[in-house]
Amino acid sequence: MKSFWLAGAAALLFSSSAFAGDTIKIGFVSTFSGPTAVIGNDMRNSFELALDHLGRKMDGKPVEVIYEDDQQKPDVGKQKTEKLVQSDKVDFIVGYIWSNVLLASLKTAVDSQTFLISANAGPSQLAGELCSPYVFSTSWQNDQTPAAMGLYMNQKGVKSVFLIGPNYAAGKDMLAGVKSTFKGQVVGEEYTVWPSQLDFSAELSKARASGAESIFVFYPGAAGVQFLNQYAQAGLKEKMPLYTAFTVDELSLPLQKDNALGVPGAQEWVNDLPNEQNKRFVADYRKKYTGLRPTYYGAQAYDAAQLVNSAVVAVKGDTSKKDAMKAEMEKANFKSLRGAFKFGNNHIPIQSFYLQDVVKDADGQLSLKTVATIVENDQDRFHDKCPMK
Amino acid sequence: MLLVVEQFLNGLQFGLLLFLLAAGLTLVFGIMDLVNLAHGSLYMMGAYFAATFVAWTGSFVLGGVMALGATLLLGIVLEFTALRHLYGRDHLDHVLATFGLILFFNEAVRLIWGPAGLALPLPSWLAFPVTILPGIQYPAYRLAIIVVALLVALLLYLGVMRTRIGMLIRAGASNREMIGALGINIKLLYTLVFGLGAALAGLAGLMQAPILTVQIGMGENILILAFVVIVIGGIGSIRGAFIAAIMIGLIDTMGRAFLPNLLRQVLNSASASTAAPALSSMLIYLLMAIVLVARPEGLFPANRR
Repeated sequence: MKSFWLAGAAALLFSSSAFAGDTIKIGFVSTFSGPTAVIGNDMRNSFELALDHLGRKMDGKPVEVIYEDDQQKPDVGKQKTEKLVQSDKVDFIVGYIWSNVLLASLKTAVDSQTFLISANAGPSQLAGELCSPYVFSTSWQNDQTPAAMGLYMNQKGVKSVFLIGPNYAAGKDMLAGVKSTFKGQVVGEEYTVWPSQLDFSAELSKARASGAESIFVFYPGAAGVQFLNQYAQAGLKEKMPLYTAFTVDELSLPLQKDNALGVPGAQEWVNDLPNEQNKRFVADYRKKYTGLRPTYYGAQAYDAAQLVNSAVVAVKGDTSKKDAMKAEMEKANFKSLRGAFKFGNNHIPIQSFYLQDVVKDADGQLSLKTVATIVENDQDRFHDKCPMK
Repeated sequence: MLLVVEQFLNGLQFGLLLFLLAAGLTLVFGIMDLVNLAHGSLYMMGAYFAATFVAWTGSFVLGGVMALGATLLLGIVLEFTALRHLYGRDHLDHVLATFGLILFFNEAVRLIWGPAGLALPLPSWLAFPVTILPGIQYPAYRLAIIVVALLVALLLYLGVMRTRIGMLIRAGASNREMIGALGINIKLLYTLVFGLGAALAGLAGLMQAPILTVQIGMGENILILAFVVIVIGGIGSIRGAFIAAIMIGLIDTMGRAFLPNLLRQVLNSASASTAAPALSSMLIYLLMAIVLVARPEGLFPANRR
C-alpha cells in the first residue's frame, strides 16, 4: 500500500513531463526471470526488432519502452501494470504471456483507459464478458488453437482422447477448446498443479490405463520438454499418438530434440509462412540474435509493435485521441507476420490456423514447418458474449 | 488394481528422490545446526554438471559419476569458503547467507550455461518401458532410480549405523559440544558431512535431469518439499527422512491420481478436476501441520534415538 502512495506521489511529480508527449511511451510486461524467461526474452527481442524496422520512431517521435518482469506471477504482473499506468503514464501496455497474469492486470489498464495489447495470453473471459474498447490482441483466444487441433484430429479419424493440461486459466481454456471441436470420445481429463508440478508420471499412468487412443496436451515452456521426455520414456510414443497446442516451439525444440519428431501442433504463425514481411522478420531476427530462432511469441510481439505504430501514425502522434486510435487499430491496418487478418467485435483476430510438424531443416537442425491449413478465418466462440458490437 | 500398483511405484520413486535430497539437508541441519537454503542449488548444479559431462564423455554412467564427484567437491569448497563462517551464528544469518548463495548460483549458471536450460537425453538402454507384471509397463529409468536410491539409502544406513565416522556423525547430532570436547576434529567432520550432503543432492539432481529439464531455479520448488520431509521425519534423523520422504511421495502421487475420481462422487466433473490438483498439493502440508501439532520434534527425533 505504501508503495502505491509513493507511486502516486511520483506520478504527480513527473506527470508534467509525461504530458508533454514528445515521446511515445510503451510499457512491456512479460516474464524475464525464472525458467520461462526465455519466452520473455524472445518477445523482447522481436519487439526490439520491430522498433528497428520502424526506425525506432513512430510518426517521427522517438519510442521509449519500459520492460517490466512479471515473474510469471499474477500479483507481480498487476503491480507492474499499476506502476506503468500510474507512475510511468505509458500510452500503451504490451506483452503478457500468461492468461492468469493478464486477467489480474486487466482492470488496472482498462480503468485508466490505457490501451493494452496482449501479445500472447488470450483467456476466454477477455474475448467474452471482459472485452474492452481499450484491449486488443495480436495473438488469439486460448480456445482457438486447440480447437483447430481438435479439427485436425477429426480429419485423422481419432476416436478417443485423454486430455492433460495445467490447472490455470489458459489450461482450462485449452482443454475446453479441444472438446469444442473434437467429435470423438473424451475418455479422461487431468489438470496438474501449475507451474510447480514437473513430474507427470501419475497422469501418464492414468492416460495409459484409460485405454484412450491418443493424448492431447497443452504445456508451454519447459513443462513441454518435461512432458515429452516422460511421455517417450513411458513408451507411449508408439501406442498413444500425441496431439498438442503450444507445447513444441523454437525454444523448447532444442531441448526436446528427437522426442518432438512427428508430434503435430496447431499454430497461427509458423516461421516459414511465405509472406514478405515474415521472411524479412525471420531473416533479420536470426541475423541480429545469432544462434536464436524466433517463435510465435516473438511474432505476436512484433505484430503488437506494428499495431501500436499504426495507431500512432493515424493520430499524427497525438496519443490523447483515444477514439481515433481505437478506430484505427480495429482496422488491423498493418502488415502482420501471419498475413492479413481482421479483428472481431471483441478485438481478437479472426485468422487462419496451420498444422505444424517437426522436421530436420537444411542445416540438419530440428525446425517447425507448415504442413497444411487446418481452418481459415476462424473466430473465437466467445465473441457473442462481448457487449461491444 | 494395476493402476494402483503403477501409481504406487510412481509415488515410491518420487519419495526416494526426495529422500536423497532430504538426507543431506537433515544431516547438515541436524549435525551442523546450519539451515542451508542453497541445498536446492547443489541439486541444480548436480544436474548441470551431469548434462555437461554426459555430453562431453558420451557416456551416461561415466558422466554421472563425474558429476557426482564434481558436486562433492563443490560442496566441500562451499563449506570451506562460505558456510564455515556461519557456524554458531543465528539461523536468520544462515537463511540470509544461503539465500544469497541461491542467487549467486542461479546467476553463475546463467553466465556459464545460458538462460535456456540444457537437455540430458537418456541412453537407449534406459529409455524403454519394462513389463514388471502382466499388464503393467514401467519406464526402465524410473525403476533404475528406485534401485539406485534404495542402494544409497542402505549404504547410508550402514555407514551411519555401523562405521566409526557414522558414530561420530550420530554423536554430533546428539551433542555437538561434547564430541568437540572429546578431541574429535569437528571441523573436518563438518566439511565431510557437508560434502556428503552436497553429493546426495547432486545425485538427486542428476537422476532427475533426464525426466525434467535442466534449468535455472530447478532446485527451489523441490527444496520446500525436502524441508517438509525433514520437519516430518525429525531433524537430523536419516531414518525419519527416509520414512517421511516415502510418505510424502506416496501421498502426493496417490492424491493426484485418485483424488479427482473421489471428488467426482460429490462434486460435478469440472469443479472436481479443478479442485483436485489444488487439494492434493495441500495434503502434504496438512500432514506436516498434524505432525507438528502431535509431535513437534518430528516422527523420529534424532537426539532421542
